[in-house]
Amino acid sequence: MKPVEISKLHFSYGGLPVLEDVNLEVGEGEFLGLVGPNGGGKSTLLKLVLGLLAPDSGKLRVFGENPKKSRRRIGYVPQFSEFRRDFPISVHDVVLMGRLSGRMRPGPYSAADRRAAVTAMKGSRVLDLKDRRLAELSGGQLQRVLIARALATNPDMLLLDEPTASIDSSIEESIFELLRDLNKRMTIMLVSHDVGFISRYVTRVACLNRGLVCHSTSELSAKGLEDIYGSPVQLIDHHSHLPTEAPE
Amino acid sequence: MMEFVRALGSQPFLQYAFAAGLLASLGCGVMGTFVVVRRIAFLAGGIAHAVLGGMGLALYLGVSPLGGALVAAVAAALIIGIVSLRAREHEDTLIGAIWAVGMALGVVFISQTPGYNSELMSYLFGNILMVTSGDLLLMAVLDLFLLITVGLFFRQLQAVTFDEEFSRLRGLPADLLYLFLLVLAALTVVLLIRVVGLILVIALLTLPAAVAGQWTGSLGRMMGVASILGAVFTTGGLALSYGPDLPAGATIILLAGSVFIVSTIFKSRRIRGRRS
Repeated sequence: MKPVEISKLHFSYGGLPVLEDVNLEVGEGEFLGLVGPNGGGKSTLLKLVLGLLAPDSGKLRVFGENPKKSRRRIGYVPQFSEFRRDFPISVHDVVLMGRLSGRMRPGPYSAADRRAAVTAMKGSRVLDLKDRRLAELSGGQLQRVLIARALATNPDMLLLDEPTASIDSSIEESIFELLRDLNKRMTIMLVSHDVGFISRYVTRVACLNRGLVCHSTSELSAKGLEDIYGSPVQLIDHHSHLPTEAPE
Repeated sequence: MMEFVRALGSQPFLQYAFAAGLLASLGCGVMGTFVVVRRIAFLAGGIAHAVLGGMGLALYLGVSPLGGALVAAVAAALIIGIVSLRAREHEDTLIGAIWAVGMALGVVFISQTPGYNSELMSYLFGNILMVTSGDLLLMAVLDLFLLITVGLFFRQLQAVTFDEEFSRLRGLPADLLYLFLLVLAALTVVLLIRVVGLILVIALLTLPAAVAGQWTGSLGRMMGVASILGAVFTTGGLALSYGPDLPAGATIILLAGSVFIVSTIFKSRRIRGRRS
């Protein structure tokens, strides 16, 4: 059962086409990077996979099912730049939210839920931040906490929306190292604006600008990107040119 | 102040007022916290003002005004909630409309009810000194209901307030929980109307929670501190107003507002101090 199967998918928003004839398959254990210009439909595609939006036409199956049914098998990491940082809540309580389910069980979290949250926090290396308030975290720390929350749902696939936007590059690298570790256990699909950098970590890059063209990492070329972005694009590996900054 | 303490020992109406303040502070601490962190103060204000329509109609029909307030508050909460879920972009216009239309209805109904015009001021600004034992009973029942439901579903309510999209993905009925939260807020508004009146309700709902939020790190603690602050404000306001014979509701709000300003100044100083 493939984690994601999309064929001939169309989606429009208020009469404007956002996605046209998108075909994409994500295999088990893959680490797919979804890149493309702003407004190219990357976040929309993630929301379709999560079942938060419904396609106009075409086929969309997640783990062989309707996305709404399979969404519980997906650990979603939203764009943290849109996050309410001033909410009075501890890291531990945020991660525990991954243990909620639609059964609306009253009362406190169970001991099993608490154990799962601790395991998840260990998995994304934030256990030492457990009792911190959300407002006290740096961008990179918050990103790891959101990954821990997604891990607490015990997912078969991780879905991340711009996980490293507005984090500085040395921390970005450590987040990608973490994701590469997690990829040994689960399928990962991530949206990024940073074409050159993610190609070092992902198994395949898909470029999205209304339509979708897929590349394996080795095929990722300036020519292919030019077709997608519509203007010459330079592939730059930022991290071999920048002096490394002190880690967090 | 001593005069107040002595009177509290001997005057039943003051004991009732004191008890009403304490009962109100529980509701304002628990639900005020949700109103503040979910940023729906304007929405709660709309519900509060729309309540006058229900109270006016109840008076006109000769039934209990507080019962009318209860029905109107829940109806306003559901209408605003359902529309804001369907078309978020029209939410604030709708709240403004319900706010004003509710009040206008109330004024028209009250004007057509012979002999009741004097009641209008006490609905608008509260009259904690006129609280009856029946009012206290209703307030206690509302408090109990609030505490039990929030206690049972605290995790779920916290999750939808913090991150609605993620809660939805976990399978929680996010829309239903949001409407439920609004209904609970509407019940709290009714709980507080006796104490400070419908115009000042919004201050008692937000100020204790806002002060508590400046000094606490979790929803639960914020609710506890906000409830204690609510009790301090209602009791303190009552005591301050008693000697010089000031309106109790307005004095309560002025006390809460002063503490909020002082707390905000201290908080921003502390943050600046930490930075420099």
